[in-house]
Amino acid sequence: MSALLDLWTIVAVSSGALFFLAGTVGLLRFPDTLTRLHALTKADNLGLGLVVLGLLPRAEGLLAAAKLLCVWLLVILSGATVSQLIARTARRERPPA
Amino acid sequence: MTEFLLAAAGLMVVTVAIGLLRILRGPGDADRVMAVQLLGTGGIAALLLAGAATGEAARVDVALTLALLAAFTSIAFAKAPGA
Repeated sequence: MSALLDLWTIVAVSSGALFFLAGTVGLLRFPDTLTRLHALTKADNLGLGLVVLGLLPRAEGLLAAAKLLCVWLLVILSGATVSQLIARTARRERPPA
Repeated sequence: MTEFLLAAAGLMVVTVAIGLLRILRGPGDADRVMAVQLLGTGGIAALLLAGAATGEAARVDVALTLALLAAFTSIAFAKAPGA
């Protein structure tokens, strides 16, 4: 059982790291602001989400697990809000032709 | 397992540090704030991984605080006069 949970942690955390890598590459390589924002939100939500899911079975007790989920929920909520605000600012900076 | 988690935390930090190149290249302020946003999330992930590796529960609290503060940076940017 323990080996199975370890395997789950390794798979999920590695996929999370992959999403972070993809987000960074997208942030550096994509051509304009809105596409870069799109790459960033994948790293934010999915990358951190997979890391949290991977760490959940290793949490000591229900409270620690709930705290991990809390971090993820907070990041999802703030990520969604902040993406809208950043996109609006980007449009004001450079209005679409 | 500890080594794997610590290595993943290090990889996370290196990845988002490379993302900071976007701050140098710009071109707009919004692009620069996005790099900071990625740094915040990557920092949270690294803290959670390091906390799980060392068994220090306090690091999760630090990650929670960082999540809160990272949200405030971008909101402050969007609301700043002239931004």
